[in-house]
Amino acid sequence: MARVDDQAMLAAAAADLAPEPARRFDAAFRFGAGLFSILLMLLAWELFARSGKVTPFMLPRFSVVLAYIYKDATSGVLWINLGLTLFRALTGFVIATICGIALAVAMARSKIARWFFDPVISVGFPMPKIAFLPIIILWLGVYDVSKISMVVFDGIFPVVTATLAGITAVEKELLWSARNMGANERQIMWQIALPAAAPQIITGLQVALPISLIVTIIAEMVMGGYGLGGAMMGASRFANSPGVFAGIVEIAVVGYALIKAMAFARRRLLVWHQETADHN
Amino acid sequence: MQTAIRYLPLLLLALGWEVTARLHLVDSSALPSLTSVGAAWVDLIRDGELIDNGAASIYRAAAGLALAIVVGGGLGMAMARVKLLDLFVNPLVELFYPLPKSALIPVTVLWLGFGNGSKILLIFLGCMIPVTIGAYNGARGSDHALIWSARSMGAGRLRMMWDVIMPSALPEILNGIRTALALAFILLVSSELIVSQSGFGYLIGYLGSTGAYEGMYAVVLTVALLGFGADRFYQLLMQRLLRWRE
Repeated sequence: MARVDDQAMLAAAAADLAPEPARRFDAAFRFGAGLFSILLMLLAWELFARSGKVTPFMLPRFSVVLAYIYKDATSGVLWINLGLTLFRALTGFVIATICGIALAVAMARSKIARWFFDPVISVGFPMPKIAFLPIIILWLGVYDVSKISMVVFDGIFPVVTATLAGITAVEKELLWSARNMGANERQIMWQIALPAAAPQIITGLQVALPISLIVTIIAEMVMGGYGLGGAMMGASRFANSPGVFAGIVEIAVVGYALIKAMAFARRRLLVWHQETADHN
Repeated sequence: MQTAIRYLPLLLLALGWEVTARLHLVDSSALPSLTSVGAAWVDLIRDGELIDNGAASIYRAAAGLALAIVVGGGLGMAMARVKLLDLFVNPLVELFYPLPKSALIPVTVLWLGFGNGSKILLIFLGCMIPVTIGAYNGARGSDHALIWSARSMGAGRLRMMWDVIMPSALPEILNGIRTALALAFILLVSSELIVSQSGFGYLIGYLGSTGAYEGMYAVVLTVALLGFGADRFYQLLMQRLLRWRE
């Protein structure tokens, strides 16, 4: 029962990963309209900020924000912050991936592991784990270790749930024939079950990656210091509103790039799979 | 009995925590025993601190989420029915979808200060996206035959939205709301941890900074269990709401 609930939760989180265009034939038209409306929004931002209806403190002009980003980029501060945020998010994401898949494999193979971790995962998944951040700070301090641990703690749940769902849904015929041909349990896991579960596993990773970025930024905001989140919080404390808006633009670009990269990786990794063929 | 066996591991974890703390295997300020956390929880309830701050938090989350459901649901369904909206608003939704919503915390503070307004705005903005996408996907999938027959029987636009499109989009809207519910807790707690003068997050930070770690643990566990409970309760509600579909 609860396992089904978790999968539904995962499916709910994954359902809005890719709002697909309705038809293929107007893809180019849609792209044009999309670009147009984004440019229109930026133009509206600029004009609204110039109109004097709001103070520059509430909404600095877009051109001012761009200049701010440019200044940070040339002085190198942007790259330090960006690098640190990406390092923390991606390190946490990779650790969550490895540990999550390993844990799911253990749960699939051992009844005891499954019995023990099943309720832990299904209670832990819907919890707002970010509330544990102060406890993690208490244990591990305010440096990279605690930020990365928070990312792992948050990112591991979708990975475990997705991997376990994938492994347990592998067609029995595949497993039987492999076993019949003399494969041992280890070979079945690595050569049959995990590859067959790859689409679900990657869906889990697609849910975990944005979580990793969100958690990294929250942790940076709470703990301060370098990183995109810390820089934004610093700017906010000094009422430096171009700095705050620059942070949003930077974080939006990073988030967008990560999601697109993950979708690209999915298509490359699943080239052999039916779903990729369906999309082309 | 089966439930007991199923949830035994959680009991074992709690027991392991208690024993570790009692035997002083780790520093007792880093890990106070579960019983002392329980005692601190009772104290916090008794002097009203947990209830006052909890009420503030729940008010913010509920207001933000309710706004997000109404506006996001309406926008998503409208996008699915009105071609022009679809063409020009959908790209903006897609643009904001991958934006880590936590990035909005400093901006909402800039706009509305440290109080309720900034948290409600943050939760509204963050939760609107999944609801919009759910409503959009759901409404796009509604049966054309139903829409045509409703139209031929003289249903107006709003009437059609409410009576035909909304029910058929309901499962996906409800799924979107489930994602939004989880997001609401995350945004609530993190914004309160960062800048606030009341609420769960504020209480956690305050107790932590004064070294009252038992109390801090008590509030953290309260929030975590509330988030879990809200999700389970929502699921039951969802099942009831969708009972007619079979």
